[in-house]
Amino acid sequence: MLNLTIKQLRAELAAKRVSSIEVARYFLQRIGTLQPVYNALISIDEEKSLAQARAADRLIAAGSASPLIGIPILHKDIFCAKGWRTTCGSKMLADFVAPYDAHVVERFNVAGAVVLGKTNMDEFAMGSSNETSFYGAVKNPWDVERVPGGSSGGSAAAVAARLAPAATGTDTGGSIRQPAALSGVCGLKPTYGVCSRYGMIAFASSLDQAGPFAKTAEDLALLLNTMAGFDARDSTSLERTPEDYARNLGRPVNGLRIGLPKEFFTAGMDSGVAQAIETALAEFRKLGCEPVEVSLPNMKLAVPVYYVLAPAEASSNLARYDGVRYGYRAPEYADLTDMYKKTRAQGFGAEVKRRILIGTYVLSHGYYDAYYLQAQKLRHLIADDFVAAFKQCDVILGPTAPTTAFKLGEKSADPVQMYLSDIYTIPANLAGLPAMSIPCGFDDKGLPVGLQIIGDYFAEARMLNIAHQYQQATDWHARLPPGMKE
Amino acid sequence: MKWEIVIGLETHVQLSTASKIFSGAPTAFGAVPNTQASAVDIALPGVLPVLNKGAVERAIRFGLAVNATINRRSVFARKNYFYPDLPKGYQISQYELPIISGGKLNIVVGEQQKTVRLTRAHLEEDAGKSLHENFQEVTGIDLNRAGTPLLEIVSEPDMRSAVEAVAYAKALHRLVVEDIEICDGNMQEGSFRCDANVSVRPFGSDKLGTRCEIKNLNSFRFLERAIEFETQRQIDLIEDGGTVVQETRLYDPDRDETRSMRSKEDAMDYRYFPDPDLPPLVVSEEEINRVHSQMPQPLDAIRTNYESKLKITANTAALLTTSRDKAGFFDKTVSELDPLTFPGIVEATANATIGEFSGFMNSAKLEFSKSPITPREWAKLQTRVADGTISEKSRKDLLKAMFAGEGSVDELIEKRGLTQISDVATVEKIVDRIIAANPKSVEEFKVGKEKAFNALVGQVMKATQGRANPAQVNELLKKKLGG
Repeated sequence: MLNLTIKQLRAELAAKRVSSIEVARYFLQRIGTLQPVYNALISIDEEKSLAQARAADRLIAAGSASPLIGIPILHKDIFCAKGWRTTCGSKMLADFVAPYDAHVVERFNVAGAVVLGKTNMDEFAMGSSNETSFYGAVKNPWDVERVPGGSSGGSAAAVAARLAPAATGTDTGGSIRQPAALSGVCGLKPTYGVCSRYGMIAFASSLDQAGPFAKTAEDLALLLNTMAGFDARDSTSLERTPEDYARNLGRPVNGLRIGLPKEFFTAGMDSGVAQAIETALAEFRKLGCEPVEVSLPNMKLAVPVYYVLAPAEASSNLARYDGVRYGYRAPEYADLTDMYKKTRAQGFGAEVKRRILIGTYVLSHGYYDAYYLQAQKLRHLIADDFVAAFKQCDVILGPTAPTTAFKLGEKSADPVQMYLSDIYTIPANLAGLPAMSIPCGFDDKGLPVGLQIIGDYFAEARMLNIAHQYQQATDWHARLPPGMKE
Repeated sequence: MKWEIVIGLETHVQLSTASKIFSGAPTAFGAVPNTQASAVDIALPGVLPVLNKGAVERAIRFGLAVNATINRRSVFARKNYFYPDLPKGYQISQYELPIISGGKLNIVVGEQQKTVRLTRAHLEEDAGKSLHENFQEVTGIDLNRAGTPLLEIVSEPDMRSAVEAVAYAKALHRLVVEDIEICDGNMQEGSFRCDANVSVRPFGSDKLGTRCEIKNLNSFRFLERAIEFETQRQIDLIEDGGTVVQETRLYDPDRDETRSMRSKEDAMDYRYFPDPDLPPLVVSEEEINRVHSQMPQPLDAIRTNYESKLKITANTAALLTTSRDKAGFFDKTVSELDPLTFPGIVEATANATIGEFSGFMNSAKLEFSKSPITPREWAKLQTRVADGTISEKSRKDLLKAMFAGEGSVDELIEKRGLTQISDVATVEKIVDRIIAANPKSVEEFKVGKEKAFNALVGQVMKATQGRANPAQVNELLKKKLGG
């Protein structure tokens, strides 16, 4: 059961060869056993999960055929889930039990999915290795001395370790795609505005997007179908005709123009990554795709622009964590100012504080024009580069991350080194474009390499089509981490 | 040294929407603390703001009423600071691009008319309340008010005295409360709050002096007193050789003085930036036209109509249009009057409406729309006097009885037998009787004492229980006394 895709598992459930309760128990057992090994989860609540599984079985008995009934899912601990501790990987929210469901969580509940737990993450989604979590680092199932990537490291590792066939994550600068690449699974960030942010704890509002993790592109499409859609409670949510993201999976891809930005392929990638990407590109040529060289000339500005805008928005979004109404409050303080200072000094970790300080600085009087305003202008230039590129190609391909999984502690001493892990993923967030990562090989250490596919606005169905066709011709996505058997 | 006082006012007007500007929680005043604050208002993790269209409509109405520019595109911005009654740690406001720019308000100061220019008006959310009394050494935070929609209206520094500032504040209050009805105007409840920016400069100078801001004045009286104290404080300070420090001050009504709250050194840097959770506010032509077409006629236009069309005096017209409620009642009354048959009845009714009728309504603390006497009945009462059925004096008594709910006009006339004695013969008989019974008064009148005549009239009225027609009595007496 551990390696079944969502599609396959649904077939088993529909044929009544297995029940939702049995499925839930099976994965809960795996979770319990492997939690000390990977530390992929923050919260587990068997009672709640089994109650949901029972409800799913009732739906199946009543004849409901919705595509996710009984499917176990894990939610990144950034999504508020009613009655569940929702910590955002932080001490600040260690005891916060959400009184409501995020829109994304609601959608999955209505679809009959069964929540098996909340996954570990970098604190307040700030990180690229899942090492900033208050609840300890997550270990990469391919090598437990290495990071799974971040900030959705728990969700990526969980799917890689087959703790569940589906998980949710969020992607602000690459936090779905990069851990998907480092952990050898599939992850997708949709066009900005496609998934509602209501109930998704905010890091950088104009960049954050929710998205699915799974083992195959086809599964991603099924999950996206449930997650996507208008929500009036999010003023940045887009009202569009609902679409079936799986509708084009079977289309042949010959003739599709694949854009290869020359800026993605200059020095910066590890040789192991470069080789796997080359092999993948050869595969796409075999499928009949036409490579086209394109240019994203302002790409070198992407990381600096991101590290001005994201911290700026975060410094404001995290101001509500002040110990007044909920969450952590310092046990001793002399007065109001002291309470604020101590609560936030004690409640937040170092990376969060670092970004709040940067963000406050770039918004402050005298610096706003030079930093924040300038970064916003440059953001438009970066987005315009993609608009121009998509006139010459149908999708853009490249590496997801410059390296494979690095060792725990290797980059945590140098924040800027850590920030550079997101060099290929950040541009899509700045432009609001959909982007995904799928496994495309391994380096000489046997560590997974991820291939990034970036599409034009609302081109998710096309991207999933390409990924699916690639996965019909290859089996990188089907490989299991060492020590795991079917 | 002659000093000129320069004053600008910033007024926070709570908009009368049923729910908050960015959440669906109710805005009603006086609820149990923290029972009208939703997840969005409390700033739980993950919540997001959604704009209340009713707040936008009211802002547009204001812009139209003051002839301002309604910016087709305006932007919500975050004003960041930490305080317990500000749950998000920022206030959603508008900074560089407000919804309203410019505008003007006409005010009357004594006999003078003046135009005060407006700089801008923008939408923002109110904070919660910090309650320092009633709690032992701690402060209670009530978030019911957090998220209530505000329109912040900023004037140019066009006012030159505390009296002018109060006139402006009152005119603005009347506009938003009575005229375009976007605010309930209850100053005790904090629906209408003024901050005054005050500076002084030598008369004739065109450079502005350093100003101080006096915050949160919630009565016209405090506004006036605070400005008067502050201007004198600044003048004294400068004349003693000091300089005015730009700062924020509070008015203490118990001591009748302003006190420093924050100095420029502690001035907050709010780190304004456009709120990424809200798209720019785009207002269309259709929307502006729709709001315009739904706006009631301005009270000033109603007043000038009363003067020009109904030939009511300026003073009476002004008093009739202090509220839409009163003007509306008067309009309904007028539609039941017949000025062709009874010329002067409209003016008479106008005077009586602002006179005795208003008196009764004020004592009972009632709105005209809740009057126990309908406009039709009021019109009927006026008509019965005009057509001679009853006398003026009877009218006063009847009005009292009708307010007490004792019956309709015709029922009471019937019941009390108040029908005026118009039969000349009957009245004449009584006049003869009174003349005969009061020889002294008759003598005095013949010698020239007017008072004696009035005394005789009074006697006749008394004898007829007020039912004689005074004009008729006058005429008869004069005839018989040969005057």
